Amino acid sequence: MAIGKPWLCLAAAGLLFSVPLIVTNTYILGILIVVGLYAIISEGLGLLMGFAGQVSFGQAAFYGLGAYTAAVLATRYHCPPFLCVLMAPLLPTLVAVVIGRPILRLREHYLALATLGFGILTFSLFNELTGYTGGPSGLTGIPYLGIGPLVADNDREYYYIVWCVLALTLTATANLTRSPTGRAFRAIHASEQAAEAIGINTALLKLQAFGMSAFLAGLAGGLYSFWVTFVSPAPFGFTASMEFALMAVLGGLGTIWGPVLGAAIIVGLTEFLRFAVPLILPAAGGEFEIVFFGVIFVLIMLLRPQGILLPRMGRAENFRASKPQRGAKCSL
Amino acid sequence: MRKRNPVVIAFCLLAALLLLGAGCSPKTGAPAKGELEPYKIGAVIDISGSAASLGEPERDTLEMLVEELNAKGGIDGHPVDLVILDNKSNETEAVLAAKRLIDQDKVLAVLGCSTSGPTLAMLDTIQKANVPLISLAASAKIVEPVGERRWVFKTAQSDILVANKIARYLLEKGLKDVAFLSMNNAYGDSGRECFEKAAADMGLNIVVKEKFEATDKDMTSQIAKVKASKAQATVVWAIPPSAAIVTKNYHDMGLQIPLIHTHGIGNKAFIDLAGEAADGVILPVGKILVAEQLPDNDPQKQVLLEYIAAYGKKYNERPSTFGGHAHDGFSLAVKALAEAGPDRAKIRDALESITGYAGISGVFTLSPRDHNGLGEDSMVMVEIRDGKWQLMTQ
Repeated sequence: MAIGKPWLCLAAAGLLFSVPLIVTNTYILGILIVVGLYAIISEGLGLLMGFAGQVSFGQAAFYGLGAYTAAVLATRYHCPPFLCVLMAPLLPTLVAVVIGRPILRLREHYLALATLGFGILTFSLFNELTGYTGGPSGLTGIPYLGIGPLVADNDREYYYIVWCVLALTLTATANLTRSPTGRAFRAIHASEQAAEAIGINTALLKLQAFGMSAFLAGLAGGLYSFWVTFVSPAPFGFTASMEFALMAVLGGLGTIWGPVLGAAIIVGLTEFLRFAVPLILPAAGGEFEIVFFGVIFVLIMLLRPQGILLPRMGRAENFRASKPQRGAKCSL
Repeated sequence: MRKRNPVVIAFCLLAALLLLGAGCSPKTGAPAKGELEPYKIGAVIDISGSAASLGEPERDTLEMLVEELNAKGGIDGHPVDLVILDNKSNETEAVLAAKRLIDQDKVLAVLGCSTSGPTLAMLDTIQKANVPLISLAASAKIVEPVGERRWVFKTAQSDILVANKIARYLLEKGLKDVAFLSMNNAYGDSGRECFEKAAADMGLNIVVKEKFEATDKDMTSQIAKVKASKAQATVVWAIPPSAAIVTKNYHDMGLQIPLIHTHGIGNKAFIDLAGEAADGVILPVGKILVAEQLPDNDPQKQVLLEYIAAYGKKYNERPSTFGGHAHDGFSLAVKALAEAGPDRAKIRDALESITGYAGISGVFTLSPRDHNGLGEDSMVMVEIRDGKWQLMTQ
């Protein structure tokens, strides 16, 4: 599927470019930056889950690995920040390729559990490898992102960086899914046996999809480090992995824009509920927000299990191709 | 309806969400007749998530204090409008919450977070926006180096104070050879570093150094090493339940040398879990546990008793040290506001010049060199006797 109609893309780009010119509120820009980061991660996850049909509940681990790679390189080895961001995806990708070989042989629930286990393991490592990661108290003193005299030390500049990376990600994903590799991904999703029968190297392709999703998560992690300028294990736990998976599913699996929409909705909803719930129920704590969130999700999953962007019945050809054969095995 | 363009839908939704986010700032209502414009203070607290047990008493304390203050007429007639946001013990959310308070609610000062991680994550935003922040968390990294943390203050006692207090106690009692046991996590780790430093400064020898996991159910092997050594006292840096298990094992193995814990066991849960074995345990802790036993000339006694009474009346329980950190944060902010008026930079300067303010966690004397402002006198040595906290006279 193409990224969209050209005039729509132009309009979208124009709109997004002009946002920081009108909005000076760093809170709104902050939300947009987080949406951008999460969209990059769920775009990768969408590639893995929506196109190649493999589940991952350990994406926050790759996000964290990227963030720590960038942070450690910048603080301990005084590597220039822009190089750190470029290097951030390397370790996650390498790890994905190494662990992907054995665990991608598993299917469905077993694969989900294996990735979950990997996420928990990595989270413990972030806590335990105090020498590198600073342990539970984290790493401080991360510099701002910049090249020479150009330093992005405010949210407006950072917004442009993050959304440019997202735009590149979307373009690359759109091109990839239209390429033979993308078609092979969908073939695997539809039926692994059939794909193998027509000569597709499913093991290799699944590994590629897994590696690409880890690459994007790691890239977002690197960008995150330089935005907050502090990294600790907390944002890379199990809940974050679940959220990324939900973003990918919510927007619409097998679409290019779905993950972006999913990220926008989840971040927007979280921020909305943060103050909406206390207005309605003053005594309720954050737990209540989570309940409310859960209810909304159940409703969405009941009414639109295929995600928001896809209509109820298969419409586009790509959807028919990418639609799971035996029920929605990726839905939560 | 067949040809809905996904991109159009996506952008409509995105735009709608942004509008929601932007338009829905909490309504404060127009000030009543004769009332001056309210002063806005923000708080970002771990009300839910892993640190909820710290954040809940903090929220309750803040709500109580703001009610009391406004009933008394606020600050020079200006009511205080307190916006409390939950960060769900999550760093990314703490950053967004701080941005929201600063840009949307235009608060004059920010309180929080309850724990170190989210506080450290917010620092960059706070410093860039030039807003004073009073953190309720423990890590010394929050305010140090002070030169770089111009806008940041904190109310909780740092670990190094506790370590010094214990080391000084041991030195005074002539107990030079000590065993040190700690939990293998952030609390135990930073405690170990601080205690090693304090011990070296005061010439104590750490003859046994052992770790245990927070989830361990038995520490007899570590205690056996203590028993076989020439240690004259044992220091344990842990929180319940493992702190209680160590104490029980220690009791069962019949060790006679003193057992010293940290402020980490300063809640009822420890006594409940350790039972009889808790008798004789010594610890340095904030004064709130033994407020009634303090001598009348203690500068904090009055404020402590008032807090305990007010909190007890409203919530039917004794406030915790964490609530105390929030109490101090709010009181310091109000004090600075009363002096400086609604100007962020002046509030910061006023905070930095607070001297001799008796709060719940200690007597605060802030300065450009010290943004925590507490001395060793902010803690007292307490012994557990018959399941009760007993102030030790030194």
